[in-house]
Amino acid sequence: MNAENTTDPKTIVPKIIVKDLNFYYGNYRALKNINLSIAEKMVTAFIGPSGCGKSTLLRTFNRMYQLYPQQKATGEILLDGANILDKSQDLNMLRARIGMVFQKPTPFPMSIYDNIAFGVKLYENLSKNDMDERVEWALHKAALWTEAKDKLKQSGTGLSGGQQQRLCIARAIAVKPQVLLLDEPTSALDPISTAHIEKLIDELKEDFTIVIVTHNMQQAARVSDYTAYMYLGDLIEFGDTSTVFTNPKRKETEDYITGRFG
Amino acid sequence: MPTFLREASLKRHTVLDLLFRNLTRVSAFGVLALLMAIIVSLIIGSMPAIRAFGFGFLASSDWDPVSDQFGALIPIVGTLVTSAIALTIAIPVSFGIAIFLTELSPRLLRRPLGVAIELLAGIPSIIYGMWGLFVFAPLFADHVEPWVNDHIGAMPYIGPFFSGPPMGIGVLTAGIILAIMVIPFIASVMRDVFEVVPTLLKESAYGLGATTWEVMWKVVLPYTRIGVVGGIMLGLGRALGETMAVTFVIGNAHELGKSLLMPGNSIASALANEFTEAYGELYTSALIELGLILFFITFVVLSLARYMLYKLGKREGQAA
Repeated sequence: MNAENTTDPKTIVPKIIVKDLNFYYGNYRALKNINLSIAEKMVTAFIGPSGCGKSTLLRTFNRMYQLYPQQKATGEILLDGANILDKSQDLNMLRARIGMVFQKPTPFPMSIYDNIAFGVKLYENLSKNDMDERVEWALHKAALWTEAKDKLKQSGTGLSGGQQQRLCIARAIAVKPQVLLLDEPTSALDPISTAHIEKLIDELKEDFTIVIVTHNMQQAARVSDYTAYMYLGDLIEFGDTSTVFTNPKRKETEDYITGRFG
Repeated sequence: MPTFLREASLKRHTVLDLLFRNLTRVSAFGVLALLMAIIVSLIIGSMPAIRAFGFGFLASSDWDPVSDQFGALIPIVGTLVTSAIALTIAIPVSFGIAIFLTELSPRLLRRPLGVAIELLAGIPSIIYGMWGLFVFAPLFADHVEPWVNDHIGAMPYIGPFFSGPPMGIGVLTAGIILAIMVIPFIASVMRDVFEVVPTLLKESAYGLGATTWEVMWKVVLPYTRIGVVGGIMLGLGRALGETMAVTFVIGNAHELGKSLLMPGNSIASALANEFTEAYGELYTSALIELGLILFFITFVVLSLARYMLYKLGKREGQAA
């Protein structure tokens, strides 16, 4: 099935281009010939009912599925023109360029400082001073600095849920990735923490290309520039967010966003 | 239902409840009383030896039943050294087994391997002892000990610990057999606690580009440290008290040598070997005091482990 493309191709610089992507859990085909491009330094949202493949699609971007032997992807995903599904691509370097934040906050069992330094240490050999600066920078970026600056040596697991999720965002951006994948980042958070994170996403898109999976259509409408609606492994509609929400090209999209289904 | 009936059944319930509560209480305190009784009887039994030798018992390496001179140093050292060797070998091996079973092994192999490890834990210790004496010790003497003598024995500082006649039996052999015996315990506990680590936590670390080793070492291990230390303590508890297997291969010699290749003795195997032939009050009493010391060592080791975990938790800044 071909998606209706309502974006004007001239206005976007594609950071990621997905070509004929198919994804399999064993024999089950979870993504069917997906084609879309993710614009650089913009927020792209994937919406759709549970099981439609939006998280699966997100997880192909950093090849997270490779942890599980029975899962495989075919097709191409071009990050700045290079196919990341190619086996010759170094997985760890790929993940340094594409950071990810998950449904639930997952602070590591170590101090706030070490949580952020963890990823950085995998790639860079920084002096104590540089590392301090990097940690502070990441915490500033994630809007957690004022709350966390006095307890950097305390455990990350002692923070509130919303703070933990911002810590996870800080941890992801400390590595200085180009793309940030957010997999339902606010689904475990209260409304105030959710508002914090949404404001943060808006600020972060100055530096990062952001892809967010969300169950919450209002959230997609609030934070994203482009929206992809998926259903049962198909990309039904993809375009800029205002068009998708106010003037969808396809009946299925309209039914979903008006709440008649899903 | 008429009121008087309800009252009667309520009263019956109260009585039953009281009975039940007291039954559980008696069971719980019964365990405590039993523990105290064992300690007290060990102390009473060892009084003659304590009176005769005092604290010198701990530091003396004499063990001469003929002239009634007893000291516990050799068995204490033997117990601690064999257990230390066992853990030194068993901890890394178990960690590797647990990583393989939880992260790397193909799904098809996981169950058979897991069951095999649990079966290893079920083998009676006397079989380990026999296997150690008749199969492992000769092979060790013929093929490993000469090499150890030639290579490690020649090194400075650690050399003296690894030189001696290749007899097959000795402290090192006992430590290795103990390691094989405690590996299944430590490995299966490690595997169980690694399996309950949330997938998202591991994926977060993988998502930052960490390798399997980095994920296991820096995220999974700290996350599961309480369970892991618990598993190690379980293994250590078994190693400290293991009797039959050690008796077979340690050599049962009351000699204090530097070399790990020489025969030695451990508390448990001294007790097993000598109780039947102990004559005279002092000899028996000295053996009972050895038992008391073993009890005490186990208690101290377990307390230290608890304290270590408490310290670790504090350093990490967790509000315990």
